Amino acid sequence: MTTATQKIVPFDEAITRYDPVMGLEVHVELNTATKMFCGCATAFGAEPNTQVCPVCLGLPGALPVVNAKAVESAIRIGLALSCDIAEWCRFARKNYFYPDMPKNFQTSQYDEPIAFDGYLDVEVPLEEGGTRTVRVEIERAHMEEDTGKSLHVGGATGRIHGADHSLLDYNRAGIPLIEIVTRTIHVPAELAPAVARAFVTQLRDLIVALDVSDARMDQGSLRADVNLSLSPKDSGVLGTRSETKNVNSFRSVERAVRYEIGRHAGVLDAGGSILQETRHFHEANGSTSAGREKSDADDYRYFPEPDLAPVAPSREWVEELRGTLPEPPSERRRRLQAEWEFSDLDMRDTVGAGALDLVAATVAAGTTPAAAKKWWLGELARRANEDGTDLADLPITPEQVAAIQGLIDAGRVNDKLARQVFEGVLAGEGTPDEVVSTRGLEVVSDDGALGDAVDRAIEANPDVAQKIRDGKVQAAGALIGAVMKEMRGQADAGRVRELVLEKLS
Amino acid sequence: MSSALSREDVAHLASLARISLSEDELDRLGAELPAILDHVAAVQGVVESAGEDVAPMSHPVPVANVMREDVVRPGLTPDEALSGAPASEEQRFLVPKILGEE
Repeated sequence: MTTATQKIVPFDEAITRYDPVMGLEVHVELNTATKMFCGCATAFGAEPNTQVCPVCLGLPGALPVVNAKAVESAIRIGLALSCDIAEWCRFARKNYFYPDMPKNFQTSQYDEPIAFDGYLDVEVPLEEGGTRTVRVEIERAHMEEDTGKSLHVGGATGRIHGADHSLLDYNRAGIPLIEIVTRTIHVPAELAPAVARAFVTQLRDLIVALDVSDARMDQGSLRADVNLSLSPKDSGVLGTRSETKNVNSFRSVERAVRYEIGRHAGVLDAGGSILQETRHFHEANGSTSAGREKSDADDYRYFPEPDLAPVAPSREWVEELRGTLPEPPSERRRRLQAEWEFSDLDMRDTVGAGALDLVAATVAAGTTPAAAKKWWLGELARRANEDGTDLADLPITPEQVAAIQGLIDAGRVNDKLARQVFEGVLAGEGTPDEVVSTRGLEVVSDDGALGDAVDRAIEANPDVAQKIRDGKVQAAGALIGAVMKEMRGQADAGRVRELVLEKLS
Repeated sequence: MSSALSREDVAHLASLARISLSEDELDRLGAELPAILDHVAAVQGVVESAGEDVAPMSHPVPVANVMREDVVRPGLTPDEALSGAPASEEQRFLVPKILGEE
């Protein structure tokens, strides 16, 4: 199927004829100080090939040794997903030739994952309101290592095709990864995109609560793959699946599922067949394009890694780690909703926007829950939507949001000016305080200047002033408006009102 | 003695190992490889005669949980890391273009 002949069936129509069969794979890059099998540092953004050694470069004779902290994180992730933890498991070599792995194999786990048979209950926001709890079953979570980064040189677009050669940076090669694989998720077809998004969002919340990863989709420390096929309604016939790789925001996970459902339906409607292949997701227009074809010829020739001893976590250790788990997400949501006095709708919106942790952190920094929600789900959600990014990836911290609300509470800026402070912080102009002073946003609450402006407004509007003197307090709005206009919005409206009423009483 | 491997099997193995084989070599290896398989089959025979009492072993010594603390250790400098590379550019390993694969 070439792109030219490809018909994308609208989602709502596609699901009248087909049921999606969906599975998700999420890779979590752990936040350990060192790599999975060697003592190299793992800092993000370091100069190329400055965090490498004979082990992660695959030099002859180098001997890998497992990072205990990575195993601990893997077990804690497994336990948090209600998995069984293997009593004994091994690493395996996944053999393939590609320069992102200088060893010519990736050290992974094959049929003996460290964690298996778990689940995560996710709250899925429904279009008609409310939420529905969906249990996503976890098949396995296993330990492996990340690959190096390739830079393709010579092609016009920086992609592989057309490139003259590639440049490899192995700083990332060997960073511990946990791959979490769901079983097939059975939900009504119309819910599939929202379920996919909710799962990845809430899995991220869990990973963050465990403090085992930065879990930043924009930086690639949390990556989601969407496996999807369509089955003609009520046919029981399974289709061929596509694997959409490395979708890099929550919103994109949802879009990728919708797009692939429409694409598969278009191919099947036309009597075509779906290729078993990997797909690349394109953020700009929400489409996917063909990657590598997968076939039975894919043969990784897994075998047990002879250089690494098996991992056999004692039951005492596992129980000790169970004791370190954070509050389960569903309980935490219930507790926060009660503490914040949020309605079900408020809570649904907050969770659905991926703002739960952000609101919690803003509240922890001293803001009221209502104000924290107002900013994250209003001004900031609008901005994230415009930028096509996730809330958590906006260049503003919960502490900064709390600081801006603090400026409002202290009467230093009003709501309108606060929006400009947000704009400045998001544009990288510095802390809220810095933005206020460089942009000159502080409200005028100095009674001298305000009093003069009020006097001028009274003089200019004698009729209005007389009405207020006669007791028509609601007429004060016109004078307040005139003062605010003169002060270019930078006045404390509450104080202006007080002054107007004082002067005309 | 196992029977000869098909040309397709040999070609598949060659492609997995990224080895280019001529038509003659495909035929010759199809006849030779079974000898190696027979050798491995001898090990298979031991497994079968030992039965379930003896589990297959992937490691020569019964050791588990060999781990290290999560503490950074100095690695190689970029110059050292790249010293064995046939080519490099921008402090990165330069590799020939990669075709037909992801």
